[in-house]
Amino acid sequence: MASIRGVSVKSLGLKDNKSALPYLLLAPGLVYLAVFFIYPIVSLGQMSTKTSSGEIGQYKQSFRFANYVDAFLESKEQFSRSFIYATIATILALAIAYPLAYAIAFKSGRWKNVLLVLIVAPFFTSFLLRTIAWKQILGEEGPVIKVLRGLHIISPQTSLTATSFAVVTGLAYNFLPFMTLPLYASLERIDPRTLEASGDLYANGFTTFRKVTLPLSMPGVVAGTLLTFIPAAGDYINAAILGSPSNKMLGNVIDARFFKIVDYPTAAALSFTLMAAILILVTVYIRKAGTEELV
Amino acid sequence: MKKLTRWLSKNLIRVYAFLGFTYLFIPVFYTFAFSFNDAGRSNLVWKGFTLKNWKNPCGAPDICMALGNSLKIGLISTILATILGTLIAFALGRYKFAGRSTTNLLIFLPMATPEIVLGASLLTMFLNLGITPGLVPTIIAHVMFCISFVVVTVKARIASLDPRLEQAAMDLYANEWQTFRRVTLPLVAPGIAAAALLSFSLSFDDFIITNFNSGTVNTFPKFVYTAAARGIPAQANVIGSSMFFIALIVVIAGQILSNKRKAKI
Repeated sequence: MASIRGVSVKSLGLKDNKSALPYLLLAPGLVYLAVFFIYPIVSLGQMSTKTSSGEIGQYKQSFRFANYVDAFLESKEQFSRSFIYATIATILALAIAYPLAYAIAFKSGRWKNVLLVLIVAPFFTSFLLRTIAWKQILGEEGPVIKVLRGLHIISPQTSLTATSFAVVTGLAYNFLPFMTLPLYASLERIDPRTLEASGDLYANGFTTFRKVTLPLSMPGVVAGTLLTFIPAAGDYINAAILGSPSNKMLGNVIDARFFKIVDYPTAAALSFTLMAAILILVTVYIRKAGTEELV
Repeated sequence: MKKLTRWLSKNLIRVYAFLGFTYLFIPVFYTFAFSFNDAGRSNLVWKGFTLKNWKNPCGAPDICMALGNSLKIGLISTILATILGTLIAFALGRYKFAGRSTTNLLIFLPMATPEIVLGASLLTMFLNLGITPGLVPTIIAHVMFCISFVVVTVKARIASLDPRLEQAAMDLYANEWQTFRRVTLPLVAPGIAAAALLSFSLSFDDFIITNFNSGTVNTFPKFVYTAAARGIPAQANVIGSSMFFIALIVVIAGQILSNKRKAKI
């Protein structure tokens, strides 16, 4: 009876199990996430409506929802900047990563695995070190600015660091592997014969791409843009290292509120707003793009 | 000239890919090159070639203590997250049960939440409970954000298994436990190894969440970030480059191992 249960292997390979086993497998991990992910978010929500009780770092609950209005009005500039920078960086990363993923999926032959490892490899050098390296490369002593000034492409007064250009390219650079891997995964699944069929039906290269390749790779585009946009919108390292005070993003404000100003309720309100804004955007985006199975 | 344009249009995508990889690797190369810089305290300008940073990687004050903490946190977090995440992946990949979509959502949410929110919320909770930030809160935080990545990685591997292999084992009178131990687990093992490697690299490289929850405990990314203000010692480049090469060796060794196993089958 135990050996061949009709239900044990269905087309999906999922077992219809009435026993407690799946719940036993889930319990430790899900309890962990409930205690150390859900509960902290609730704590953050509670903190966001507290007010100071006089002493530094001591707060009492007074359900002051105006904290949100105050926090937003004080930092709406950084707020919108975060979303603008993240959007540009995501588009930039998509433009760089798509041909890269395409080349690995269709043109790399037996080098495929090596190239995939190379996509992830920069991750292993600390991302802070790489961001600082960017600062040096683009900086006053670096090679890029010397070449650009030597060729009179930019004026001697123009700098590359401490600009929004530096912050956005830093963001696009740092999250590039998050964009490339999902794109590769969805491109690799495309049967090359569908592309041949399109050619047989007199579609040229561009039409084939627009009508066949791109639609089939949409799940990868959606997953990649989300995996890039979300961390980019919440990032403050690139703005801190590559930007000037006028390039500060929302993350920098939250960081400063927590550690320099010690104003936890405002920091909590800002964090909550950031999370809510991202979740709303992500939900709308997934609905529009029409892919549900992301996890 | 005509030849060149024809070659370019034929190989455009390869040229583009080459440029893409160059873009990816310039900062890595820069970090590696400056690990040989004879620069003293601030490693900003090239002063001359030396091996002394590689001979004495712990030469900068506190750097190896920070590295030790990062390794400790990474190792413990990886083990815990891999166990918890793999169990969830098996439940999701193998069973139908009520509450499936809620579980999927709970796994997806930590990945869709910016790190700064994760870090800030945990710190708020720890402060509310009167727990001082430090090593244990940092490990708790790292396990939390690694679990989802483990689940996704291992689940993908389970989904790609051929169900007929397990069926065959059952036909040969293996009971469920034997099937799991002798067939399923060895087949899923590469996925678990990949998940562990991913967890370790996420944990080792994390700055934002760590900065919120580690208090006075220093880690390697924290060391680099603090040092950035006054110039990073070249030893940091030595450690960053070493991690790069070690990880590359681990990945390549794993690839060779799995190729050998495939050849055996």
